[in-house]
Amino acid sequence: MRYLPLSDADRREMLARIGVDRIDDLFAAVPKDKLLSSPPDLPRRKGELEVERILSRMAARNVAASSVPFFCGAGAYKHHVPASVDHLIQRSEFLTSYTPYQPEIAQGTLQYLFEFQTQVANLTAMEVANASMYDGSTGTAEAVLMAHRVTRRRKAVLSGGLHPHYAEVVKTVSRMAGDEVAALPPDVPAAEDLLSAIDETVSCVVVQTPDVFGNLRDLAPIAEKAHRHGALLIAVFTEAVSLGLVRPPGEMGADIAVGEGQSIGNALSFGGPYVGLFATRQKFIRQMPGRLCGETVDADGRRGYVLTLSAREQHIRRDKATSNICTNSGLCCLAFTIHMTLLGEAGLKRLARINHANAVTLAQMLSGVPGVEVLNETFFNEFTVRLKRPAAEVVERLAERGVLAGVPVSRLLPGAGLDDLLLVASTEVNTAEDRAAFVTHLTEVLR
Amino acid sequence: MLNRQGRPTSAQAHGTADPAAGMGDEAARLQEHRMGRGERGGAHRSTFTGNRALHQEEPLIFEIGRLECTGVDLDEPEPFTPRLGGLERQGTIGLPGLTEPEVLRHYVRLSQKNFGIDTGPFPLGSCTMKHNARLNERMARLPGFADIHPLQPLSTVQGALELMSELARQLCTLTGMPAVALSPKAGAHGEMLGLMAIRAAIEAKGEGASRRIVLVPDSAHGTNPATAALLGFTVKPVPARDDGWVHVDDFKPLLGPDVAAIMLTNPNTCGLFEPQVVEIADAIHAAGGYFYCDGANFNAIVGKVRPGDLGVDAMHINLHKTFSTPHGGGGPGAGPVVLSERLAPFAPVPFVRPLSRGAGEVESARQRRPGEGSAADSPLTPALSRKRERGNAYELVEHAADADDALPLGRITAFHGQMGMYVRALAYMLSHGADGMRQASEDAVLNANYVRACLADLMSLPFGNKPCMHEVLFDDAWLKDTGVTTLDVAKAMIDEGYHPMTMYFPLVVHGAMLIEPTESESKASLDLFIATMRDLAMSARRGDTERFLGAPYHAPRRRLDETRAARQPVLKWTPPTPLPPQEPQG
Repeated sequence: MRYLPLSDADRREMLARIGVDRIDDLFAAVPKDKLLSSPPDLPRRKGELEVERILSRMAARNVAASSVPFFCGAGAYKHHVPASVDHLIQRSEFLTSYTPYQPEIAQGTLQYLFEFQTQVANLTAMEVANASMYDGSTGTAEAVLMAHRVTRRRKAVLSGGLHPHYAEVVKTVSRMAGDEVAALPPDVPAAEDLLSAIDETVSCVVVQTPDVFGNLRDLAPIAEKAHRHGALLIAVFTEAVSLGLVRPPGEMGADIAVGEGQSIGNALSFGGPYVGLFATRQKFIRQMPGRLCGETVDADGRRGYVLTLSAREQHIRRDKATSNICTNSGLCCLAFTIHMTLLGEAGLKRLARINHANAVTLAQMLSGVPGVEVLNETFFNEFTVRLKRPAAEVVERLAERGVLAGVPVSRLLPGAGLDDLLLVASTEVNTAEDRAAFVTHLTEVLR
Repeated sequence: MLNRQGRPTSAQAHGTADPAAGMGDEAARLQEHRMGRGERGGAHRSTFTGNRALHQEEPLIFEIGRLECTGVDLDEPEPFTPRLGGLERQGTIGLPGLTEPEVLRHYVRLSQKNFGIDTGPFPLGSCTMKHNARLNERMARLPGFADIHPLQPLSTVQGALELMSELARQLCTLTGMPAVALSPKAGAHGEMLGLMAIRAAIEAKGEGASRRIVLVPDSAHGTNPATAALLGFTVKPVPARDDGWVHVDDFKPLLGPDVAAIMLTNPNTCGLFEPQVVEIADAIHAAGGYFYCDGANFNAIVGKVRPGDLGVDAMHINLHKTFSTPHGGGGPGAGPVVLSERLAPFAPVPFVRPLSRGAGEVESARQRRPGEGSAADSPLTPALSRKRERGNAYELVEHAADADDALPLGRITAFHGQMGMYVRALAYMLSHGADGMRQASEDAVLNANYVRACLADLMSLPFGNKPCMHEVLFDDAWLKDTGVTTLDVAKAMIDEGYHPMTMYFPLVVHGAMLIEPTESESKASLDLFIATMRDLAMSARRGDTERFLGAPYHAPRRRLDETRAARQPVLKWTPPTPLPPQEPQG
């Protein structure tokens, strides 16, 4: 077996040194009738070539985003990731290292986490950021739990523009933890009355911008009302690139900014692994979940970095911890940080402008298709259209024609009476030809 | 101290007499100068740059980047009318950029300050730092896996669903459990899901208000009590005994109608298999509770023992441990949870369901577990027929309403979980096969016991010299009166080119050192490791505390001041404050 260095001779010699006859003597604590006498009922070992064949065959049954005109978004976005990002994150020393518990030999990881935290704080215009969460949705649930700790209240108000998966995750965790959730109904036009949902019992208001239907929302009035009632504003985003062009959470009074960082540096990968971005105010850092990297000095006075404020964490506090979280999304943070460094401020802003321009162009073109209505007043790189036929059916027909046209709202919200709505995203990867193909095929399918 | 070639590793040769003894004073001074002996005190010869050959000092990107600089060539879009509704971002963000060559150099230099599995032995107990095969990386990057959107039409991702289905089948077979929830993002997330499923099952029986206690042994990983508390359970510890095992007699008096579950790690964090695990499972079941097993140490028993045979109701599997998906400097991981018949109906959405017989088999398996493929065996509903007509072999159940008679507890993450990790884990499973996975566990256990046998005379085993599983636990009794602590030993190991073992965990023994060599180490590598540990032990006993207390001497950084980091937290870079203008002197 190519991954196992011990030879049979080694094994015999080692058993003799240990002083036992057979390997199963080392399993003596296992109840006799529970120890399997033969390998489980699965195929035998395979060479690289054979494994590659099997998996490549499976992969070939999927339609890759880059192989077709592609307009899916709804919380996961297709962006171009520079080649150097993937090369660097595959450096052994990054790929095969562990959580940096031994900081003297993990300064590489720790320094990029410090860079990541700084980038996320600046991107969201917040004071501090952590070393990432699993993804945007679990980060949002953690943000709600954090708000409950800070305010000592247990009720979250969820905007109807929050990504339905995010809302479901918050609801699941809250139900299990015995906390209350007031979720507003799906809000396609961003016209809901969040302000009147805020009172002295509310711990936090969770609002997404751009929201799941693509609308941009001014959070400042919500922050103002929330703060007046002692509640926190949790600002959610699912498209990090938008922050290169759109007013950031920190400038609209957010107390916690949380969102998905996938679109910078990370592949679509069918939904994971992604990287949750999480930022807040300095005064809340001891209530924050997740890993934090901090600057310090070594015994010779040289600058270095360590994981810090671990008195919040499970391995110290056990059942009193701020979260049960143990890891972060290390390598995905690294991909984010490298891509962000390559972009820089100038590149990020331009990338965001290109995304917006492409979406504006596409919206204009689609609004000219009979049976299509663009619903958004405002948007960044994704918007909602109403079709004259069920969107899921239209998407399926377009997929047969080799166009992945977007995400039907019914995929996220079945039974909500929104079956005619389609979420359409357009990023820098879309060409004029992609847009033309979309319009042509959509026109034919709707005819 | 000998290296692989059998030569002394340095002229100083730890553990031998001072090599300079007997030389003339001048010769000794020269020798000392050449060998940099002063370095052991931390005062090494300085360089102009602060670099030391391959050890490069590297500033932060915020200190070397420029706001106007970018390493990505993009053309400005044609003029257009924005649709931002006056919510445009103004001003500077604070994200300096670098060109590609600068980015490469920056991150390569950072990487060189890191210790990874490929750098050297990484015997970090309970973390299973085994080899990460590069085939798995290549497979995860196939466009058909890496470049597919989680919400594109199911007809365009049948291969992805097939992969998830096959991974699920193999995990179920290896654990002897009927169902698995793939979506948890990490071990702790899996724990949370497992306890949620238990909570849901208890609530379904109308006992949600009364069963509020979760029993957690003192030796448990910190995530166990943290998870239970997060879900509103009261954590009650099960005391440890001096043999490292949980005894059913200690545990039975704690049982009652208020107990929801026990969270037991097996093999446990002391590196031992729990011999009374079946009795414990029977007892908790008899009391109406559930058995959550922390599967962090599954690598000891893959293909040897099936947790399902032990009475486990839920167990998370760390794909990043047992199935070798890279740890990546602390994630991303993946923590699928296998579930018993009693908990399976409560599995979260989404899950994959085969629409046709025989789906999900890479090779025709000789036998399927009861209950598998039931969707295929039952008469097709009209809806199913429609899906099959479309050529789909699998469907993805994303909403509770579509789950037929199951009662999903909800959704615990956006989308479908860690697909990238599923691909890598399945590549590992296919490569090893049933025989290779069983062999890997046997080798992991053999390696740990070999280390135990070869160090038992010098280091102290808190629970006696008995067989361990895939990791061996020492305490610090052997360091008594040496002035050296577990932490010091760990730092001295760094100087010898090793990643230290897990320190001070589990909490039930004093100054714990938990060593998990994994199956990836060769015998030669273990022999050198053992020799190093023996040399360290003899050094400590001989009173060579300098070797420990100041260590590491040779790492990119000496010991870091963690107290300062916590007392005055600096969590992001801020531009330096300009110095106040100096008064002209004199």
